[in-house]
Amino acid sequence: MLVLAIDTSNRAMSVALVRDQTVLGETTINVRKTHSESLMPAVAQLFKSTSLLPAAVDRFVVAQGPGSYTGIRIAVTTAKTFAWTLHKELVGISSLAALAANVTTSAGLIIPVFNARRDAAFTGAYRWQNGELVSVLADRHTPMASWLAELATQTAPLQFIGDDVESFRPQITAKLGQQAQFVSGIDNLPHASKLALLGQTAQPVANIHRFAPNYLRITEAEANWLKQHPTNEGHEPYVEEI
Amino acid sequence: MTEKKPELILAFESSCDETSVAVVEDGVKIRSNVIASQINSQKRFGGVVPEVASRHHVEQVTLCAEEAMTQAGVTYGDLTAVAVTYGPGLVGALLIGVSAAKAVAFAHQLPLIPVNHMAGHIYAARLVKPLVYPLMALLVSGGHTELVYMRGAGEFEIIGDTRDDAAGEAFDKVGRVLNLAYPAGKKIDDLSKLGQDTFNFPRAMIKDANYDFSFSGLKSAFINKVHNAEQRGEKLSKPDLAASFQASVIDVLITKTMRACQAYGVGQLVLAGGVAANSALRSALTSAIDQEDPNLDFVVPPIRLCSDNGAMIGAAAHVMMARGARADLDLNADPSLSFAYAEEVLN
Repeated sequence: MLVLAIDTSNRAMSVALVRDQTVLGETTINVRKTHSESLMPAVAQLFKSTSLLPAAVDRFVVAQGPGSYTGIRIAVTTAKTFAWTLHKELVGISSLAALAANVTTSAGLIIPVFNARRDAAFTGAYRWQNGELVSVLADRHTPMASWLAELATQTAPLQFIGDDVESFRPQITAKLGQQAQFVSGIDNLPHASKLALLGQTAQPVANIHRFAPNYLRITEAEANWLKQHPTNEGHEPYVEEI
Repeated sequence: MTEKKPELILAFESSCDETSVAVVEDGVKIRSNVIASQINSQKRFGGVVPEVASRHHVEQVTLCAEEAMTQAGVTYGDLTAVAVTYGPGLVGALLIGVSAAKAVAFAHQLPLIPVNHMAGHIYAARLVKPLVYPLMALLVSGGHTELVYMRGAGEFEIIGDTRDDAAGEAFDKVGRVLNLAYPAGKKIDDLSKLGQDTFNFPRAMIKDANYDFSFSGLKSAFINKVHNAEQRGEKLSKPDLAASFQASVIDVLITKTMRACQAYGVGQLVLAGGVAANSALRSALTSAIDQEDPNLDFVVPPIRLCSDNGAMIGAAAHVMMARGARADLDLNADPSLSFAYAEEVLN
């Protein structure tokens, strides 16, 4: 199975072409440049380097969020459009799971963290079980303080991973002490080859058109609206063909 | 003998709160024009919330594209190019069309044509009849109020622009003061028919020797009038307020547009953009032309083609492609994309 995997959930962008268990190519770019500019040239270069055509891909795998709203929309839109226009399979994988998959040696819990600003994070807890990465505590948007309090009740070692972990490190160490371990170096960046491997065993989406990012947060405008209009009277459906 | 294959462009538009995909033949014929409107969602907030708009676009874009291909009865092998609006507009919204268009273009090895949304509005007129250059275009929408001079196909020069609010923006703000649901343009248009211009709001810059506009003073005058009356416990006639506001906007637009058409000696005037749907503006411009410049050919697209749609992008893409416009795969959204300003303005 030939897989093209795309992750633009955060600052780093990663794309990979993977055939079964073999990585044919991977590009990861970690500079402040918009994903809109970088993504498609990187994809095109991967196909060119591997002498493959997009039509040869069997399955498109995308990091579906959480993460930067604009970032996950670019990856999701690109992947779903590819899958739709080429009549291929589409798989969405948690962006947190894709990052957690970098840690292959841990016997404890793997804690991927994206900074969601205002002392909050997108995070969750994962564990390897019989060669499969399993979500133990579901992905969430949470204040960091209450997340660390919940993690403190766990007995297993906790391996924190992600470029954003550094910004929370004093807080993590103060709460969890020796229980917290930190991944170093390039493992903190997403690698789309890992995403591709996770995507190979996942179930493809049934309705490509309806596929959307997992933002894990409704917009502020909608939250305020729902506070004042709990029954959401008279506004569905939101989008209509005219 | 083989028949000449028609040029078919698949065009994406997602700059604001409409997701639209169209198939346009030879820049003049609409084969399909699928438009998904978010008005029902955005009216909850009294205006377009960019993050909400972007989220809706992701859910709609392939659906619209599939329907556009199906309705047009075309396959990818029939397509000549893929076109997309890359600005101006809301950056997050634009990025959905741009990402989707790039994926289709790359997947099927088709050229990608970048289109300025405002060029799209003007070329909506080409779907009605042939354009004759040089021409003048009055572009009025929620984000723009511009007089654009075109020496030839695909050549745009701004000779006049708003100094503050766009005309459509003023309609929406005044609509809020009158408690009209978003979008207020159509409702003010309808309400005006029941009233008279009794308040004589200012006609800003109407006598200035340029083609620029200003609508923020009008908006303030309107708000003050309503608030002062409220404080005195007076009740003002809503239809008269709407009619007076609309008359002020239309007077300035028409005076400057007619003057520009004469100074530039154009034979054709195109009215375009969302506010071009306003019935009073359409009829006032028609009668001004009848009285002052009966030889001026007035082109205004049907209402469906005045609001944002993919067909107008396909029509503009036909012209821009002939002029050699091509985007690379690093095409980005440009939220503040604009035509160039004329180096010299004739008065």
